[in-house]
Amino acid sequence: MSKIVVKDLVKIFGDHPEKAIKLLRKGYSKNKILEESNQTVGIYDINFSVNEGEVFVLMGLSGCGKSTLLRCINRLIEPTSGTITIDGEDITTATPQAVREMRRKKISMVFQGFALFPHRTVLDNVAYGLEIQGITVEQRREKAAQVLETVGLKGWENSMPQQLSGGMQQRVGLARALANNPDILLMDEAFSALDPLIRKSMQDELLSLHNTLNKTIIFVTHDLDEALKIGDHIALMNNGTIVQIGTAEDILTNPADDYVEKFVEDVDRTKVLTAEGVMKSPDPVVFLRDGPRVALRLMREHGISSIFVVTRERKLAGILLAEDALQAVKEHKEDIKSIIVSDVPKVGVDTPVIDIIPVIADTKFPVAVTREDDKLAGILVKGSVLAGMVRRGNNID
Amino acid sequence: MTKLPIGLWVEFIVEWAQIHLEWLFDFITMVIKLLVSGIETIFLAVPPLIIIVLVFILVWFVANRGLAIGTAIGLFLIQNMQLWEASIETLALILASTALALVMGIPLGILTARSDFAHKLMMPLLDFMQTMPAFVYLIPAVLFFGLGQVPGLFATVIFAMPPTIRLTGLGIRQVPAELVEAADAFGSTEWQKLVRIQVPLALPTIMAGVNQCIMLSLSMVVIAAMIGAGGLGTEVLAGLSRIDIAKGFEGGLAIVIMAVILDRVTQSLTEKRKIKV
Repeated sequence: MSKIVVKDLVKIFGDHPEKAIKLLRKGYSKNKILEESNQTVGIYDINFSVNEGEVFVLMGLSGCGKSTLLRCINRLIEPTSGTITIDGEDITTATPQAVREMRRKKISMVFQGFALFPHRTVLDNVAYGLEIQGITVEQRREKAAQVLETVGLKGWENSMPQQLSGGMQQRVGLARALANNPDILLMDEAFSALDPLIRKSMQDELLSLHNTLNKTIIFVTHDLDEALKIGDHIALMNNGTIVQIGTAEDILTNPADDYVEKFVEDVDRTKVLTAEGVMKSPDPVVFLRDGPRVALRLMREHGISSIFVVTRERKLAGILLAEDALQAVKEHKEDIKSIIVSDVPKVGVDTPVIDIIPVIADTKFPVAVTREDDKLAGILVKGSVLAGMVRRGNNID
Repeated sequence: MTKLPIGLWVEFIVEWAQIHLEWLFDFITMVIKLLVSGIETIFLAVPPLIIIVLVFILVWFVANRGLAIGTAIGLFLIQNMQLWEASIETLALILASTALALVMGIPLGILTARSDFAHKLMMPLLDFMQTMPAFVYLIPAVLFFGLGQVPGLFATVIFAMPPTIRLTGLGIRQVPAELVEAADAFGSTEWQKLVRIQVPLALPTIMAGVNQCIMLSLSMVVIAAMIGAGGLGTEVLAGLSRIDIAKGFEGGLAIVIMAVILDRVTQSLTEKRKIKV
């Protein structure tokens, strides 16, 4: 189900947004509009929806409008036109009271520079959202202490924020956002100010928190690796609008335009591409009921020296080598069950390429790719993995 | 070219106010007299020695031992110069005018921080208030309030209020935008944001404004004495008119002692805040 639906959202900065909108309709560029009407187009033509419980990443370089877009969702920035629907309600027309209520109960935010209140203890920072709702000191501190424990900061309640390291400060920021128990978390470059090692561990932690808490998260970042790692869906933004929305693999394998292609050029594909993206279709295969002659003929036809054997339900049974099949034919054996090698290397469809490489390197057979129910989904040979890592298109064969 | 009768216009306005706003001035006079004489009565009711001991303890508490000892010595000196009563009069005037300046100045400062329009309107007005020679305020002050402490206090407030407004506004504008945004993002009302985030974070700067306000009030002591505000200023003026070096110097010294004490105490209050923040 869609938690958040954004339609035709536009934000113009300036005194006469209507002028800019008119020019936008005529198809003028951002720069041209700035020249002609002195209005700055923040974002335009924004359409996307976010599913309940997913991590949706807004990704792009600085100045592309991703932070503006994020702030429209909790109306820290008032959109010029368009609608944002959260749980079926259009929040762009909500009264200030309703917006305040929404910020208190439904949507929290985590900031790039942490934005912790330096005059409050860690505990009172986390309790802030509850405090302004008029919740008593005991109750809000108790709740805040609980949340601090979930982010691993038990024992730091009475420290001042500036006594903590960057990573810990952002944990406080995260705890503050979680204390209100919101449905939606807006994270604005939340980990960008942290050094790479801490950033990585924070990403992992966010993912594991996300698994247990099941919040809908909109995450803004300029770091593609981060986007690919944590995003269920990624919206790539350029110059004020979204150029492509898709899963990490969609974006890597089918870049929508030159901009996206350029962006994804330097990505370490081995971490993002999965077995499914680089495997060959599992033809030909032989069934257990087939005899060694059938297998030999198929191998000869396709010029291969081994072939995968599956059950009637296409579950992986093993691999049959040409020399074993030949031997069986000579000995007039009809059943191939006894001559297949059942201990074959196999990986799941979701295995990233980086984990496939050692498997492939260690075996002289092709690697089988199986789904959860052990059905054969495809096969991997060295060549197909290499091709998948270099090639842009997904027509790997 | 004909001379524009700017002075006459102002005179007209002042005269109009004198006639039509008499009730207001009478009310203000009553309030201020009550305030100043209240402070005076309290301080004069307590024997000087007890006050010195209390101030010694207070200063030690908010600042440090050295300053406390210096304060005690300074106060004994004032008592020894037989300027105790005059000093209390001056202190009452300063405290009352500082209090009034803060009561008006801090909200005005907050207003200038929150509204660009108010800011644009207020800045030239503040420049005007600060650069206009303080003596000039004495004239309407006398016309409105007659002679005595009240017009002295009126002139002092006008002269001492600008830095409070400026520094309050500055302090609040300097609160990092991300923190203000965070306060908004969690659904604070404007009042909650002001009271829980902006004012506490602006406090060191606001305190600097309070300090400035007190110092400027002190600098008005002698000028206000010209219209009968009394206190140490009268001693200095008497010394001046009689070319009495001894009297003038003693009065001046007492003012300096009070200034140093008030300055250091308010500054150390500010410092303490800074460390905490």
